[in-house]
Amino acid sequence: MTNSFAHFSQAKLFLVIGSNMTEAHPVAATFVKQAVKKGARLIVVDPRKTGIAEHATIHLPLRVGTDVALLNALMHVLIQEGLYDREYVERRTEGFEDLERKVREYPPERAAGICGIDAQTIREVARLLASVKPAMLIYTLGITEHTCGVNNVLSCANLQMLLGNVGFQCGGVNPLRGQNNVQGACDMGALPNVYPGYQRVDVPEIRKKFESFWGTSLPSRPGLTIPEMLDGLVDGTVRGFYVFGENLANTEPHIRHVERCLQAAEFLVCQDIFPTETTRFAHVVFPAAAWSETDGTFTNSERRVSRVRAASRPPGSAMPNWWIFKELARRFGHRWDSDSARDIWDREIRLLAPQLAGITYARLEHDGLQWPVPREDHPGTPYLHKDGLFVRGLGRFHAVDWTPPAESPDEEYPFVLSTGRRLYHYHTRTQTGRCGGLDELLPEETADISPADAQSLGIQDGDRVRVRSRRGEVVVRARVTSQVPRGLVWMAFHFRNGNANWLTNPVFDPVTKTAEYKACAVRIDKVSEDGGGVEAA
Amino acid sequence: MNGTFRLNGRQVAFEPGQTILDAAISLQVQIPTLCHLAGTTPTGTCGVCVVEVKGLQETQPACATPIREGMEVWTDTPKVRLDRQAAIRRLLLSGHHNCFVNDLDVDRWTDFQLETLRRPWHGTLCPSYGDCRLQDLAVAYGVRTQGHVPRPPAHIPLDDQHPMFVRDFSRCIGCGRCVKACNEVQVQGALAAAVPETGGGKGKTWFPAADYDKCVHCGECVQACPVGALFEKKSYGKAWPYETERIRTTCPYCGVGCQQWLHVKEGRIVRVTGVDGAQPNQGRLCVKGRFGYEFIYSEERLKTPLIRNGTGFREASWDEALDLVAGRFQEILRAHGPDAVAGVSCARSINEDSYQMQKFFRAVIGTNNIDHCART
Repeated sequence: MTNSFAHFSQAKLFLVIGSNMTEAHPVAATFVKQAVKKGARLIVVDPRKTGIAEHATIHLPLRVGTDVALLNALMHVLIQEGLYDREYVERRTEGFEDLERKVREYPPERAAGICGIDAQTIREVARLLASVKPAMLIYTLGITEHTCGVNNVLSCANLQMLLGNVGFQCGGVNPLRGQNNVQGACDMGALPNVYPGYQRVDVPEIRKKFESFWGTSLPSRPGLTIPEMLDGLVDGTVRGFYVFGENLANTEPHIRHVERCLQAAEFLVCQDIFPTETTRFAHVVFPAAAWSETDGTFTNSERRVSRVRAASRPPGSAMPNWWIFKELARRFGHRWDSDSARDIWDREIRLLAPQLAGITYARLEHDGLQWPVPREDHPGTPYLHKDGLFVRGLGRFHAVDWTPPAESPDEEYPFVLSTGRRLYHYHTRTQTGRCGGLDELLPEETADISPADAQSLGIQDGDRVRVRSRRGEVVVRARVTSQVPRGLVWMAFHFRNGNANWLTNPVFDPVTKTAEYKACAVRIDKVSEDGGGVEAA
Repeated sequence: MNGTFRLNGRQVAFEPGQTILDAAISLQVQIPTLCHLAGTTPTGTCGVCVVEVKGLQETQPACATPIREGMEVWTDTPKVRLDRQAAIRRLLLSGHHNCFVNDLDVDRWTDFQLETLRRPWHGTLCPSYGDCRLQDLAVAYGVRTQGHVPRPPAHIPLDDQHPMFVRDFSRCIGCGRCVKACNEVQVQGALAAAVPETGGGKGKTWFPAADYDKCVHCGECVQACPVGALFEKKSYGKAWPYETERIRTTCPYCGVGCQQWLHVKEGRIVRVTGVDGAQPNQGRLCVKGRFGYEFIYSEERLKTPLIRNGTGFREASWDEALDLVAGRFQEILRAHGPDAVAGVSCARSINEDSYQMQKFFRAVIGTNNIDHCART
């Protein structure tokens, strides 16, 4: 996030796009709802009438995967009607001419045909966006989990720069991170192309710095992403595979394919707190200390580094994860001095990552610190690119085109399946499935469909249905809800039975390798009492 | 334009629209409160924050009285103390507050205890014993109830249909904090918006009705309850509040990073609450953050290293398992080079763990094949 959660309750206008925040980030959503109650206006862009959409001034139920078309059309109107922030664009950005040329190709009438939002509404929303400064843009995985995920993100940034909204309190581009420490894992360089602090592995001076700090030579070629690793297990380019705290067998698209990959591993190590569907394929399983059993830090979506503190001992001989890696390194002849999470942070991480240089454990009591914190006397950074002074110099517009999802509905698979998270469970339920009460609140997966589709398929709420894609099928109960528009099936990935990832499409954004969890084609049929399928009309 | 008024004899500035309580908080003048919930509109039901205002016969609730230019306010006078005592006594006698501060005459105390303990979820002292705002106030103001008759309402609903918590209206003091927490903090609208017009204890029976179709089970209402009327099922009977230590940590679920208090007894978490005023959550939690903690005590936890043995696993020592992994990776490195090894780090675990893992892959294995689910 460029900005802070504290700005949510003070903002006057929000554009929430592809974010089911009342379920996936419930506490963040409370601040948005409070602001709306005090008079802020809220534009929600989502195919479903989500919980946050119920609080919206305007809800735009666009067709799945048409965000770029809608955003380009909004920018088309802003430029055509002279509503954008000319001064900001001239002084703070570059690439405007390319953007202008591109969005000229997206008049609202054309975009309406793509995204299903009528042209007049697009014009009104553009005017509303230009009427309040600054406006906050909030997005989540509805933007990124597409084959055009990068272009979706760039379009969000384009819009906010065009409006002159980046670099101010209550403005900015604000992705809500899905997991407690996905921000931190990125910051720490658990990515194939960067070291801690987003320093590129293929820049020789940077590599030299890490080589001298770690006292060893380092590879210069960026590594593989998760989907490439999985494919590598099958084609033999990857032979040893180490999975730490991830249940890939349930979370990755196309479970049958993923399990074939895991099965093919010559040697698979899993490090986890529970046996999972993934540890079934392991050759060695290391038992790890859990969340409340170690001292350390998490970094949240707003770049805030906060302390995590141990409250109890790990069970049996389970050990902290950092200790396991240290012990393995020792067996390769590497002696690592740091002997606690605090040591690792204070004596390594902050010396290597310039953004974190001013953060010490001693400074993390109370509310933590938001990076960048370049010096020990620096108070932290609640919002980035202050006053539109971008870190890179000028904010760069990227002209991008709309591209459809890889798989579109057809006669055989006439519905779009979109997936995400539900309130009462978390990911593959390794944690929430073992907490009293949560299973009671959400005992099983469902296929959420619109009342109109339910009626035409002869499906009642609670009926068992078979949802089938080109990759697999599941049998779950139907949940008939007006949240879902016609033509859409919506499911989650919390339960092994009925997991949406039996169906999802393993196609990826070409740059980030993010899978298209939000769109694939399925068919849905009622299952008769004897378990056989009843063909849909 | 800011005006001035007199607070305990001192000439001080106030901002238009400020209540006496707002001004007192900003000037660090203590006024006790009970029904007041920070950041929400006042209900003014409890009568505890009363102060004297020159020229008025009756004491006034500081939370609901806007300051006027030239007003003269006294926050701690004999009259104020008497009125606060009376308000606290009225609330103590209005329900099944069977703790020591309700020091009734011996016979009446016994009858009252027996009647209270007969009720469901009343097999012991009040679950908020030791962490109760009403109890604290009763002690602070030396409130005595001897010579008075407790008057719990005759037909008292008890709602234990909820999987996570109990709503026991026999201890409800009608303060309205749960309603404010639901409607104004979480903005969920699951608890009846109507608050008692005249205060819960003033002879009117009022209980907030819950709409479980709208409820998202966040438990904000439980955290807001100043007494033992709303309490959590999972922590019931596990520990008295005074037996626990509080450890501050960060929630293990989504990317908001809510700050939590872990209430820990003998190395075991018995309850989780939000840290008031902390960034980023300002005391709030969701259903997973508040109730999703006991997975760590599951019997299914991995407790020892495991090595594949045919179709199953056998238990192993750390040395054996670590040696095996190091040995097999070394074989693969020798035969196929470092890029034949790849690793996935964990977006749930601490920063320091991800740092160690990428360091292990880069500096020890010699590959940049390290990733995590940044994309999901």
